[in-house]
Amino acid sequence: MLLHSTKADWFGNIRNDLLAGVVVALALIPEAIAFSIIAGVDPKVGLYASFCIAVVIAFVGGRPGMISAATGAMALLMVTLVKNHGLEYLLAATLLTGVLQIVAGYLKLGNLMSFVSKSVVTGFVNALAILIFMAQLPELTNVTWHVYALTLAGLGIIYLLPLVPVVGKLVPSPLVCIVVLTFVALLLGIDVRTVGDMGQLPDTLPIFLWPDVPLNFETLMIILPYSVSLTVVGLLESMMTATIVDDLTDTNSDKNRECKGQGIANIGAGLLGGMAGCAMIGQSVINVKSGGRGRLSSLAAGVFLIVMVVFLGPWLSMIPMAALVAVMIMVSIGTFSWRSITNMKEHPLSTNIVMVVTVVVVVATHNLAYGVLAGVLLASLFFANKVSHFLYVASELDDEGTTRTYKVVGQVFFNSADRFASQFDLREALDRVVIDLSRAHFWDISAVSALDKVVIKFRREGTDVELIGLNEASATIVDRFGVHDKPEEIEKVLGGH
Amino acid sequence: MNNNRVTVLACIDGSAYAQSVVDYASWASRTVRAPLKLLHNIEHRCHAQVSDLSGNLRVDERDELLEQLASMEQKRSKILMEQGKEMLEAARSRAEADGAVEVTKVQRHGTLLESLVELEDEIRVLVLGARGEDHEEDNKGLGAQLETVIRAMHRPVLVVNRAFTDAPRRCMLAYDGSEAARKALAMVAESPLYRDMECHLVHVSRDEQSPLLDEATGLLNEAGITVVTASLHGDVEKQLADYQREHGIELIVMGAFGHSRLREVLFGSVTHRMLENAAVPLLLLR
Repeated sequence: MLLHSTKADWFGNIRNDLLAGVVVALALIPEAIAFSIIAGVDPKVGLYASFCIAVVIAFVGGRPGMISAATGAMALLMVTLVKNHGLEYLLAATLLTGVLQIVAGYLKLGNLMSFVSKSVVTGFVNALAILIFMAQLPELTNVTWHVYALTLAGLGIIYLLPLVPVVGKLVPSPLVCIVVLTFVALLLGIDVRTVGDMGQLPDTLPIFLWPDVPLNFETLMIILPYSVSLTVVGLLESMMTATIVDDLTDTNSDKNRECKGQGIANIGAGLLGGMAGCAMIGQSVINVKSGGRGRLSSLAAGVFLIVMVVFLGPWLSMIPMAALVAVMIMVSIGTFSWRSITNMKEHPLSTNIVMVVTVVVVVATHNLAYGVLAGVLLASLFFANKVSHFLYVASELDDEGTTRTYKVVGQVFFNSADRFASQFDLREALDRVVIDLSRAHFWDISAVSALDKVVIKFRREGTDVELIGLNEASATIVDRFGVHDKPEEIEKVLGGH
Repeated sequence: MNNNRVTVLACIDGSAYAQSVVDYASWASRTVRAPLKLLHNIEHRCHAQVSDLSGNLRVDERDELLEQLASMEQKRSKILMEQGKEMLEAARSRAEADGAVEVTKVQRHGTLLESLVELEDEIRVLVLGARGEDHEEDNKGLGAQLETVIRAMHRPVLVVNRAFTDAPRRCMLAYDGSEAARKALAMVAESPLYRDMECHLVHVSRDEQSPLLDEATGLLNEAGITVVTASLHGDVEKQLADYQREHGIELIVMGAFGHSRLREVLFGSVTHRMLENAAVPLLLLR
């Protein structure tokens, strides 16, 4: 099932997929190098990872047309592991990440994405953009003016070239930026930092390696926390990207298969000396924009990448870092959702808070998983708070003034239980109280105990209490609703609204 | 008869077979007194219409790209929907002239398979052309989606591969005693579709005649169907094809894709070869 694909998935769009593959491969090279530098490993680690992940995911992924490779979100999580334990432990962590992702796929954890609200997704991409931008700052501090000039020139080429008619749409502007800046730096003999200074570049095809780490419990304890973070962030970004590609191409994808596919791709990357990766939002958008739709586009991107890297290795090392920084600034600007800033005026405050908190937590911890967790929790709290407003208690005294009937309408759960209890006037001297619950919904045990409390208090005052419709009210307390897609069943449980 | 599975569903597209699909579906509809539903499906192709190879990400590229793609496809879909409506309308008047019962039209987006799976519950028999508009030029060969659709559907599928002349009078049921064939036989015995037809029960084998056909003949006779039996020897497809020509058979009925996909990859599928070579429509019973 993991390898199942239709002919149209592969060969429905050959020419465009191959062209898009070239464009994506050209864009992947600077990114893979830049993300390797973020993680603190040789550029070849990121390049091998990008090759392997893009190729493997073409076969096993659940979303044709999506591009996966070494990513910034993942690189940021590896920094301390690489610094404290070295590359071999990173490779081991990559393998474990793959295994965990496959398990997540079989447990269908992809379905949990429904808890991640739109504002959390926006927060995620904005935070990612900010982190990618911040990762470029070391290259821009304590340097000569040449670097600034080159970076600015690079950005100028990237953004202005596509405006040129015809040519602009045929030549990838980031590629032109890199080529031009490399030649300028070489011709003028400007002494700036180059990619070659950042570590080893690949000179051969990747070879199969088992990570050189002791296979014991201690190793597991070192890599497990990193692997868990990598698993979560990798799957989150992959699921979000899959949704974006779904929307762009107006097609559906198999999210749980994508989880398993990401796992297999990461295991492949770990065994070929690459770092863990995941789907890339920016690259996938570039792929779709360039006309890539099928599995072939991802395969082509991976193959072109490794071919270019191996044959152009000596040239790659001469690329000035300023050119890479310019490309990454473009990626960061393109990833950031600028509309979310202008939209803040129209969106409700709670939504904005969720988005901003997600961003702030990520930027503070450098871990996108924490940001998403904070965002999801906050969004849930806001939701619980909103729903708790849907509670209303009306009461009526009978003609003799001895019996009062309370009618409860709405949602009673942990957040509204206290408000529910406070609606009853316990000090009123009555013979009898009727509480009509047939239009109320008791969602949890807090609601039931709040009711118990009210009943006991009335009894202590010497008032008889009669409950009406308790069974209907507590029908919602069960964790699982057997039938939730039939209107008459929903009517039974939530009737009266 | 299950009340849900009531309609004869005919898939209409711009191909040359569309008219004969309507004719055959109308015949089925009026013979079994089942309402006819005409389906036109609008495929969302994965072909990219324009490609921008500038490879950069502008400000808010995601949103803008989405809007751009949406407005492009909007134009295309509108045209396709309009064309489909015309096709459906033409098909409807043709079907009504042919005497089909309660003709309705439906138009859906997505792959053909998705649409059919969605409608599967109400299908009694599905009528399809052997090739869609994409394969117009090839005179031989099958539509790319045909086999996938037949495999996925758990309903009888009538594959139309020539113009409709008159209601079929002689049908041939290829019978080998297998599970799939037995089920097909039972369906033939139950359905009113075959009441006015002479049913040729054909068994192709390498050994001598077995009691297989007698049993099957009995079952069909009980249902009031005229049966002619024949026991042939040799290559299955060739013998069936020869028999079809010699006896003027106008409809071939058979159980479809009885074996696992793996076995069919290794040994080839009888159903697939029959679909490719048959000169008359095939009714595949699943």
